[in-house]
Amino acid sequence: MNALPFLVVVWLLVVGLYGIATCRNSIYLVSALVVAQSSGYLLLLSVGYVNKGTAPITGDIPGTRIMVDPVVQALTLTDIVVGATVSALLLALALQRHKRSGTLDPKSEPPMRG
Amino acid sequence: MTMNIPPLPVVLPLFMAALLAALEQLRSRHRVLDVLSLLTALAVVIFDLLLLQRSLAATQVYWFGDWSPMHGFPVGIAFVIDPAAALLALLASLLTVAALLFSWHHFLAVRTYYHTLMLLFLASLQGFALTGDLFNMFVFFELMGVAAYALTGYKIEESGPLEGGLNFAVMNSLGGLMVLLGIGLLYAMTGGLNLAWIGAALQGKPVTAAGGVAFMLLSVGFLVKGAVFPFHFWLPDAHSVAPTPASVLFSGIMVQLGLYAVARIYWVVFSDVLAQAPVQSAFLGIGIVTLLAGGAMACLQRHLKRLLAYSTVSHSGLILAGFALHERQALEGTLLYIVGHGCIKGALFIATGILVYHFRSVDEKQLHDRCCRLKITGALFLLAGLALAGLPPFGTWAGKGIIEESARGLGYGWLVPFFTLGSVLTGGAVLRAGGGIFFGLGHLDPFSSSAPASGEEGAEAERSSGPTPVLMLLPMALLLLSSFGAGLLPQSQQVAALAAARFVDRDGYRDVVLAGERQPASPAVSEARPGLGGGLIAAAGAVALATLYLAPGPLHGRATKRIKSLVKEPVTLLRRVHSGYIGDYVVWFTVGTAALTLLAVLSW
Repeated sequence: MNALPFLVVVWLLVVGLYGIATCRNSIYLVSALVVAQSSGYLLLLSVGYVNKGTAPITGDIPGTRIMVDPVVQALTLTDIVVGATVSALLLALALQRHKRSGTLDPKSEPPMRG
Repeated sequence: MTMNIPPLPVVLPLFMAALLAALEQLRSRHRVLDVLSLLTALAVVIFDLLLLQRSLAATQVYWFGDWSPMHGFPVGIAFVIDPAAALLALLASLLTVAALLFSWHHFLAVRTYYHTLMLLFLASLQGFALTGDLFNMFVFFELMGVAAYALTGYKIEESGPLEGGLNFAVMNSLGGLMVLLGIGLLYAMTGGLNLAWIGAALQGKPVTAAGGVAFMLLSVGFLVKGAVFPFHFWLPDAHSVAPTPASVLFSGIMVQLGLYAVARIYWVVFSDVLAQAPVQSAFLGIGIVTLLAGGAMACLQRHLKRLLAYSTVSHSGLILAGFALHERQALEGTLLYIVGHGCIKGALFIATGILVYHFRSVDEKQLHDRCCRLKITGALFLLAGLALAGLPPFGTWAGKGIIEESARGLGYGWLVPFFTLGSVLTGGAVLRAGGGIFFGLGHLDPFSSSAPASGEEGAEAERSSGPTPVLMLLPMALLLLSSFGAGLLPQSQQVAALAAARFVDRDGYRDVVLAGERQPASPAVSEARPGLGGGLIAAAGAVALATLYLAPGPLHGRATKRIKSLVKEPVTLLRRVHSGYIGDYVVWFTVGTAALTLLAVLSW
């Protein structure tokens, strides 16, 4: 296993956080959050990856073949579902805000200060 | 034959949530949904009581689908129910019952999917408290999050809930991401997801930086939920705009469960792997900063729910410090404190809901001297304020007293004044607000913020000039009574002591999960009775602070000006830090995560 996947994980995380911290548009904010979350999927998948391993579908392959770890794939799938739910909810909130105030800029409305 | 109770607290509300979602189609559904959700929550209370009773005898382990460990390796997912887990689950279900009772009159207009969301939230709280599996914990964490975001943004036509829901969802998703990264690292090291297994697999191995980083990432994730500095910024935005019954659950149990998860993971997985000193100093420091910042911000609020939200921040700092002492007795006190505080905070939020019901406002200035006819609510509110400050014999007093005793024993006596100060600040702020609102005392507060948060009060309920419905007062009184009982009854302390003893017995925990051994009944623990002095001092301090605000005299004239100019700069700074912009929150989050991860790399 090499270090490349882990560097990409850190890169995705940093880029996503930077995007959320600087964004001036709620849709963009949700996209940046999705980017940050994809670092989690990549980490899980690279943790379970085996060199030259096949997909973990045990019905079709002979017992001697090496498989990648199916557990992390299940975890990743679960997390993708969770992430999609949250993104959908966030996008709905952002759209609602746009309907109310005609803007997507989080900084345009006076926030609840203090 | 014994029934399999362990999965029921999760399965029943999940099933009922789906059923109620289907029943939304009914024409006259309002009361049907109320009754069904209330019955479900009551059933969960009964399950939790049974679980608590059984777990006191022996820790209960339930393997889903009967996938018990094969050759010592856990292939299935387990609920591990020790008294601490059952106690917190019970608190969650009790608070849900109170919240649902309260919402009987709260929403006069029929609202869509409210009951479904509340039951989903209840199910996730239960699952989170009871599970013994790390990834399962993460799933319930996220489910809890999604239900909570939806509840926060429930009144979608107002700007406050939209903003609060967005901030809440983004911050907690980032927290969830950190948990996931931590899980990934731990899975890479141990190949398992069961807490007991991970702990057993790490035991005896050389400590690596990756282990420390994994612990810190998990901690950061759960500390976001636990709302401690610098991850707490979302909490006031969300708790102050959520519907009142949801706020009861957010402040009463959800935040505390985040901190509980940190303590659980520390004890089961890392307590014999990582050197405890760096964790301890980092978390104690964070706890104290949170305690002070939350207390100070609470004093500066005029939006009542926001005031209570900041008081929750302050108390979660105390709870983190209690957990961070890493000692059995401190843990006992902390558990007791969580129960005592959760009930009181729930009662206080219900009081704000009563104000909304009558006056459609929770603004201290608007309400000043207008609520004098609500005598019972006012009296209970002030009592709750005193209890928040730790008036004996409420649960807060007992819990804090035991933590303080333990801190002194460990050589952390310097923590005690901070704990007292936090109680004085939050209790004083509540007493000040109550004195002004219900009894017309004092003048308008000179330090409170000028711009109240945009409220959700408008649409939540119709204004009512009649008497307060019994179903609103009843849960408030019951919650206060529970907190009273938690502090007064020796049984509650025995439960907390036993829960703490099991909690710190990591080898017993691992054995009972992995080998199916009955956990030996913990040795009889000497019971610490907290002294009356500390509680009385804190309560007196809170009264004094409120008097300083309310009484004519001390804060008038020249003295006011001097004090004002003295505190102006720190107050302005605190306000600017809590800017309300999600971008700023994320910067704080990133800095905090980086600092804690760096600490982990440097220490191990």
